[in-house]
Amino acid sequence: MERVILHSDLNNFYASVECLYNPQLRDKPVAVCGSQSARHGIVLAKNYIAKAYGVKTAEVIWQAKTKCPGLICVSPNYSRYLKFSRMATEIYRCYTDLVEPFGIDECWLDISGSARLFGGGEKMAVEIKEKIKAELGITASVGVSYNKIFAKLGSDIKKPDAVTAINRDDFKKKIWPLPAKDLLYAGRSTSKKLERVGICTIGAIAEASPVFLSNLLGKWGETLWSFANGYDTTPVSHFSNEAIVKGIGNSLTAPRDLVCDDDAKTLLYVLSESVGERLRRHNLKCRTVQISIRGDDLLSRERQGKLARFTYVSSEIAEKAYEIFRGSWNWSGNIRLLGVRATDLVTADTYRQLSLFSEGRHIKRESLDKSIDAIRSRFGHYSVQRALLLKKNAINANPIEENIIYPVSYFKGPL
Amino acid sequence: MPKIFVDVVVKYTKEGSKIPLAVIWENGKNYSVDKVFDITRAASLKAGGQGMRYRCRISGKETCLWLEDDKWFMEA
Repeated sequence: MERVILHSDLNNFYASVECLYNPQLRDKPVAVCGSQSARHGIVLAKNYIAKAYGVKTAEVIWQAKTKCPGLICVSPNYSRYLKFSRMATEIYRCYTDLVEPFGIDECWLDISGSARLFGGGEKMAVEIKEKIKAELGITASVGVSYNKIFAKLGSDIKKPDAVTAINRDDFKKKIWPLPAKDLLYAGRSTSKKLERVGICTIGAIAEASPVFLSNLLGKWGETLWSFANGYDTTPVSHFSNEAIVKGIGNSLTAPRDLVCDDDAKTLLYVLSESVGERLRRHNLKCRTVQISIRGDDLLSRERQGKLARFTYVSSEIAEKAYEIFRGSWNWSGNIRLLGVRATDLVTADTYRQLSLFSEGRHIKRESLDKSIDAIRSRFGHYSVQRALLLKKNAINANPIEENIIYPVSYFKGPL
Repeated sequence: MPKIFVDVVVKYTKEGSKIPLAVIWENGKNYSVDKVFDITRAASLKAGGQGMRYRCRISGKETCLWLEDDKWFMEA
């Protein structure tokens, strides 16, 4: 049976929600921007009017305002966006249980089973987008196709508030003239490599030899070739399936530049506590700690080190992160952003090699962390804190509550 | 502002639904809700908001009441 896949994309999601709640902004250029005082001052989303002025996502605010002097910047309201995203998912769930979110504002739906019941894929797509418009007050563009890649490309072709169907007979006409960079996973450096050999459109990728593409791009070459030809058969994962977690990490742009070891240590402890708490929540332990550092030159560096044992103890992750930091940063400049990431994960209750000497201390630290989690879940994150963090209150934060929207990967697969 | 928050007298049924009985307008005047026709999730583009929309007849006039995060509003 031919699959029927929809890809629904909520248009200019953050900006649309803001414009819904502030009708007086609707006919003005609007951008949702991060907080300037916390130095997260970039454009997160913009409406079509701002887009027409050339305002781009991830641009710094002053740059956007140079292009569009009348630009209205509003602060993001993440809990409201999450609520709208949840309500959109509830609408999708009226039609199928195969709903796979891709970020906060996009979803794939496999409606192969129910399409006939509702009069076909295109009719269903129209019904869903109309329902979103009536119930949520925002618009969606929906792509209909027989695989996930073409469905996603379809939702990008006509925006906003539109449905685009792509089937086996017309995909060469509709998809192949599109630029190569529109294809999922053909990022900036891949498209540059392709351009160098004269491949500029999706059609040119499809018509190139897969062996040639593999030589050029490694294993991605063949993947892109199969995407371009519509051979992708990746299933839409079941709604209840969670992604396999490969790493847990947090990074934070500090409210002010970090200038000494003490500053860096404080932020590394803040981040490690959040990473540790998330590991414990997911019942995982890590073996490798990675840190990322962005200096005031805006260049990022990543370093990593192995732990002596698998752990989810915050202080052990923090000690390792600080050790890696001391070995890799010589204060040639100040620091703007730090990140801590735990990888090499195993389920927390698997068998492991015990240590002959320091096991008792490790077990004590584990139970201490669990008690702290329990206290925090009852009385709030800031109810119990390390003395180290009290000293530098300006750098202290709770990344778990403040960063709740994580990027996702296409190749996560069901559990 | 076309979005007007209002005080509402509400009956909570034992099944857990909420039925508006009367709207108390800004000037303190009481308007009774004669009938609720339907309840559906909807956005109000005019007032700028989103929630459960109660289409009802209030003092003989057909109009809509919105319940958004535990607050009631009407379009002006």
